[in-house]
Amino acid sequence: MSASAEATVLITHKVGLHARPSVKFTKLAKSFAADVEVAVAANGPWVDAKSIVKVMAAKAPKGTVLHIRARGDGAQEAVGALVDLVQRDFDEDRDHARSA
Amino acid sequence: MRIDGVPASPGYAEGPLFELDRPPVAYRRKASPAGEEAALKAAIGKAVRRLTSLTDAADADAAGILEFHIAMLQDDALSGPAIAAIGSGEPADAAWRQALDAEIAGYEASDQDYFRARAADLRDIRDQVLRALSEDSEDAAPPGAILYGTDIPPTRFLETDWSKGGGIALKAGSTASHVAMLARSRGVPMVVGLGDLADKPAGVALLDAEHGGIVLSPSPAEIEAFHQSSSSFAVQQGKAQTFLIQPAVTKAGTPVRVRVNIAYPSDVDGIDIATCDGVGLMRTEFLFGKALPDEETQYHAYRRVLEWAGEKPVTIRTVDAGGDKPVPGFTVEETNPFLGLRGIRLSLARRDIFRVQIRALLRAAIHGNLKVMFPMIATAEEYSQAAALFAEEQAALAARGVAHRLPPLGIMVEVPSVAIAPEAFANVAFFSIGSNDLTQYVMAAARDNGAVAPLNSVHHPAVLRLIASVAAFGREKGIPVSLCGDAGGDPAAIPALLEAGLRDLSVAPPQLATAKAAIADVSV
Repeated sequence: MSASAEATVLITHKVGLHARPSVKFTKLAKSFAADVEVAVAANGPWVDAKSIVKVMAAKAPKGTVLHIRARGDGAQEAVGALVDLVQRDFDEDRDHARSA
Repeated sequence: MRIDGVPASPGYAEGPLFELDRPPVAYRRKASPAGEEAALKAAIGKAVRRLTSLTDAADADAAGILEFHIAMLQDDALSGPAIAAIGSGEPADAAWRQALDAEIAGYEASDQDYFRARAADLRDIRDQVLRALSEDSEDAAPPGAILYGTDIPPTRFLETDWSKGGGIALKAGSTASHVAMLARSRGVPMVVGLGDLADKPAGVALLDAEHGGIVLSPSPAEIEAFHQSSSSFAVQQGKAQTFLIQPAVTKAGTPVRVRVNIAYPSDVDGIDIATCDGVGLMRTEFLFGKALPDEETQYHAYRRVLEWAGEKPVTIRTVDAGGDKPVPGFTVEETNPFLGLRGIRLSLARRDIFRVQIRALLRAAIHGNLKVMFPMIATAEEYSQAAALFAEEQAALAARGVAHRLPPLGIMVEVPSVAIAPEAFANVAFFSIGSNDLTQYVMAAARDNGAVAPLNSVHHPAVLRLIASVAAFGREKGIPVSLCGDAGGDPAAIPALLEAGLRDLSVAPPQLATAKAAIADVSV
């Protein structure tokens, strides 16, 4: 029996899931053994959350409800961590504050 | 026939000339789909390596873009369609172009400005790999070749295998270029400013980067003379190497501390910390190369060097922009930049930018033995103001609970006012004599102007007297005095500097051995 988890999160960052956030998002996804997928609609299409090419191609702007699902070892943790990253606006504002 | 140039990195090389200035070649098809696939993967790998080497010296914004490009290139989903097309008979370049063009079209069709703009990134990614693919079809420089051209890009230098010897001969170029610095730190012989060679160069050439010149179509007598000079240079270098690992001591047994000057964090990679007494000068201008760096970028750059040095001191100089080192968005245009708003003057005028560097330094200080010095100090007020900013930022970090430490704060002695009246600075933690600027200001002779080069001499009694008086003041007040200009690594200047009372020199890393050897010959 393998674990699975699913969640949705609203993208609040001003330009959405763009280049630098996608790097962070896919890097974080790759740190989990579970298969992780994302979609911009509940009925898909689902794409590999560990592929930056696929995640970028989803072109999710601000206001998108991002669907995240995972299956396998650490599925729960993977979904939790990715939701958390999106909710923190990918730590982008913190980076910008520092460059002031 | 010998052509004279300017030595940029000492040494000798003998080998075929390899022309750098040749038109780009077209991609050459491989014999099989497997060959095409291997060529594409190699080209992607090459593009990734190139971008990774650029990330090292990039500021945070540029690094963010580069990281994005690298992540895209490393994702098999990007090359998947191209590899499928290769499988059905397409050549690698066409397959890659079609696959990326399809991806680009997807971005161009977006109704979001932001995602539409990413089409440009995809085009860049596409072209980087196409470039690597066609370069793969170029004739590679044979091992040990002398690369010859108008100028050479840093990536080309980094990609070249120098383990079989070889060198660089440039028609233009500069001894201050990034490649010249890289060549010196790797010990690759390099000569610049050769001008256009009349002959069409062919066959073996002799590069004399000790004196600055190249011999084309050498006669037997020229080859003989070249071998004599190169072997005596090698003997001299070899002799110096035996001094490298030992602490520097004069003939009379007086210990001298010898540290290194670095311009990039990666400069320390090739240095064994056991061979030096720490970093006497870490420049920070590299961080300000293209744009203003953020605090994290600076913090990581400083921390890297501090951790390398362990317990040995690392003296970091706050940004010395201005003068001949303009930074967009920071420096101002001036008619006489060497006497204008540069060094600490500029930092105090642009405190928002200075404070970012101060915070990064305070945070990095916990990772080693940091000392910080201010460039171009002319008055005690400038030092007090800069020190007060450190105190303010320290209090702010403490209030936020951020780990930090206040490092000892010292000054560069390079403006004559400080060297003439050092008593105003009895409260600084240390002095570091910047002999290049001190000499040019005392002699009123620019150091980048060949016409007044003979005037620009640290050996002039006026310069040496100032150095001696600063050293004496430091001894009297218990303030450490070091020297970090080019003179510190010059075997011809070292005796005079030690006689002037200095016991702490900072030199370019490749000069460590020769400087220690020169110190051993002095009888103070």
